Amino acid sequence: MSQFPDPAAADQVQIMHKKSVLELRNVDIFYGDNRAVKDVSFNIRRNRITAIIGPSGCGKSTLLRSLNRMNDFVEGARVEGELIFANENLYGKDVDPVSVRRRIGMVFQKPNPFPKSIYNNIAWGPLINGYNDSTDELVERSLKQAALWEEVKDRLHDSALNLSGGQQQRLCIARALAMEPEVLLMDEPCSALDPISTAHIEDLMFELKEKYTIVIVTHNMQQAARISDYTAFMEMGDLIEFSVTKRIFTRPAVKRTEEYVTGRFG
Amino acid sequence: MSFSSEQESIYLARRHRKAKLFALFCAAITWSGVLLLGILLYQVSIDGFRWLDWQFIDSFPSRFPERAGIKSALVGTVWLICLVALISIPVGVSTALYLEEFAGKGRLAKIIEVNIANLAGVPSIVYGILGLAIFVRYLSLERSLISGALTMSLLILPVIIIASREAIKTVPQSIRYAAYSLGATKWQTTWAHVLPASFPGIMTGVILALSRAIGETAPLIMIGALTFVAFLPEGPMDSFTALPIQIYNWVSRPQEEFHELAAAGIIILLAVLLIMNATAIFIRNKTERRLK
Repeated sequence: MSQFPDPAAADQVQIMHKKSVLELRNVDIFYGDNRAVKDVSFNIRRNRITAIIGPSGCGKSTLLRSLNRMNDFVEGARVEGELIFANENLYGKDVDPVSVRRRIGMVFQKPNPFPKSIYNNIAWGPLINGYNDSTDELVERSLKQAALWEEVKDRLHDSALNLSGGQQQRLCIARALAMEPEVLLMDEPCSALDPISTAHIEDLMFELKEKYTIVIVTHNMQQAARISDYTAFMEMGDLIEFSVTKRIFTRPAVKRTEEYVTGRFG
Repeated sequence: MSFSSEQESIYLARRHRKAKLFALFCAAITWSGVLLLGILLYQVSIDGFRWLDWQFIDSFPSRFPERAGIKSALVGTVWLICLVALISIPVGVSTALYLEEFAGKGRLAKIIEVNIANLAGVPSIVYGILGLAIFVRYLSLERSLISGALTMSLLILPVIIIASREAIKTVPQSIRYAAYSLGATKWQTTWAHVLPASFPGIMTGVILALSRAIGETAPLIMIGALTFVAFLPEGPMDSFTALPIQIYNWVSRPQEEFHELAAAGIIILLAVLLIMNATAIFIRNKTERRLK
């Protein structure tokens, strides 16, 4: 359970038995007049990895960012439809986006550690959110979860910017995990990394799904096939197909999906 | 040559020559600036150095050049700069943060932005008139240090605001997103990440602005800082004089000795300026290293 003071703890218990953590119902996302995501509906299952794939500009990152209201920072962005999380619409009137982001964490495309020490990178999020236990333990636990502890345990107070790209990305994952989010969103987390670091992070995701729900956007179809349990294929803002990953990659229901996953376009 | 024909290598040589000429031209311009400054410093030191001693620093102004000193002006300048820093840094940095992080991109923000840019170009004497009207007369702060400091703060605020905004703009958006994604509010993000990351840049702007304030004379004359002060200010409400005013006063006297005293005063002013800048740069580099 989360150790943060959390008024929503009661809902959490109530929805524990439910399979879906997040339910997207007829979600439309606009940038000004441009409709970037069109009428998308699917459910995100607890303790599973859901991958969103599709060609560049299909709206997959836009959709991902709407799941923890990071789209609020994009000028002119507007979300219609419902995103149900803990029995509440994320875009409901009295929902505070800050508390949404506290419970739905995010890892970005490029590693973006704070220009501070490794230790402070991890401890800061919990501290500003009222965590008042020992941060030493929290830092160690989070780094271990992100499989980074062994590499950095002797230099926790060094600047995070001295780490390699792959290490920085795992630090960002550790930082997100320190908040004990219910859902972890990953926006092409390996696109700036070399193959070895990518493999590290993929292994890590397998371990993490024991405890967390992961939604990952990736342009790498092999990656989606390797790691995810469910896959959503999007094109031009439409959700073309959503299904069990194995099915998407072996016998998709829609012709367009087959063409994409077999590499005929995109 | 195996790579290029003769025609090509002639052409290439010409291009290299052009590049070299331009580099030389730039170097010449840079050095002529340095040279001019050197001549100025040389001239000043020749006139002033023989007057520079502890007696000069530790004496009040006097009618007799050999007894005249710069004590009250030096103390006045130190007071003034400290007060100006206390007023202008918080106001300037807060304004910059507001405009960059909180104000959005509406029409009002645009209007404020244009106005601040224009204010940076207003002659200092105009600020002096403003200070005289508002602080000295209307708020009846009299010809005090605080009037001077407030006027000077007005004068340098646009510079601080513009420089701070530029520094804040260079903080990558990804840092802000990282903070937001951890459930930080706008204020927490700004305070914990944006401000520290832009601190070195802000410091640079502040140094430049304060250096300008330390050398300004016109606004102080306008608000009526005294030219002959035989006491030290003890609080912000006391009347005062400052180094540039003392120098101006000496230069405008007919006797040759006073002109040399003015040169000595200029050396002191430059020394104060250098010490101040060095301290600020030291602080900046220290924090910069911590951030990296």
